[in-house]
Amino acid sequence: MVIGCLEGDCHYVNGNIRARSRVKRVYNILEQIKIGPDRIRMYNLSAGEGAKFAAFTNEFVDQIENLGPSPINVARKNAASESVQEVQAT
Amino acid sequence: MITGTPKPIEEILEMIEPYDNIIVAGCFGCVTVCRVGGDKEVQVLASTLKLAREASGKKLEIKEVCLERQCDPEFLEPMRPYIEDYQAVLSIACGAGIQFMAEKFMKTPLLPGINTGFLGVTERQGEWAERCQGCGDCVLHLTGGICPVTRCAKSIFHGPCGGSVDGICEVAKDVKCGWQLIIDRLKALDQMENYGKLKPYKGWDASRDGGPRRIIREDMI
Repeated sequence: MVIGCLEGDCHYVNGNIRARSRVKRVYNILEQIKIGPDRIRMYNLSAGEGAKFAAFTNEFVDQIENLGPSPINVARKNAASESVQEVQAT
Repeated sequence: MITGTPKPIEEILEMIEPYDNIIVAGCFGCVTVCRVGGDKEVQVLASTLKLAREASGKKLEIKEVCLERQCDPEFLEPMRPYIEDYQAVLSIACGAGIQFMAEKFMKTPLLPGINTGFLGVTERQGEWAERCQGCGDCVLHLTGGICPVTRCAKSIFHGPCGGSVDGICEVAKDVKCGWQLIIDRLKALDQMENYGKLKPYKGWDASRDGGPRRIIREDMI
């Protein structure tokens, strides 16, 4: 979850617009390697929008929970259990 | 500079499929400037490939290196002690760098991580455009500093063709007519007399027609 200033209201002028492009690139990379592009998302908020921040965070958490475990974690877990089984077998 | 674009990740994953440990090699030359093959791109590509392979259940070991230049022998030599410890090198330098590395290390497969593009300029951050085709017989002094070989889609030498409309080339709406650019600039320079000085024909023997080219500078050998 990446949060930038409101568009047009960034201290670094267009820093948040550039950040959006970078996030889009990561989104595309995650899509290409089939990890799931929806695991990254960018929101724009001002420092005074606490309630909105909480709502966005809950929304993103729900999104991640719905996606389930990342394929990386699944692969790591499988690899770990395989190595435990090998140790027990020996 | 020499420009390039990254190859699709799927294509790279297919190339590295047989290997378990590889080197991802960048270059601090042109490809760093056009943000396709420098140190940062090495790190991003290596992480991407490791994640993709781990997700598919087949781990990949990667050594990340970025050489000063892959097109000069002295910068390739430091790789010699360890290159054979790896099954392949995925290079994100230009095609010249990749080939030079392949020549120096005969027993290691070299894989291209980028598609090499053209000799160009940075028009603005993130946008590069072609300016030179290395034809070996420069006429920029006669054409207002604008290259007819590169900027004209047909590389013609005698003014705009019938496909030039309102300064735009017929090949695409975002391509300016090279010859319109040349004439506009010659007028601005008050050098329209140069238009008549152009050669009746251009010899292409200094270009690619004679096969791979070589430059030998006796004063530097």
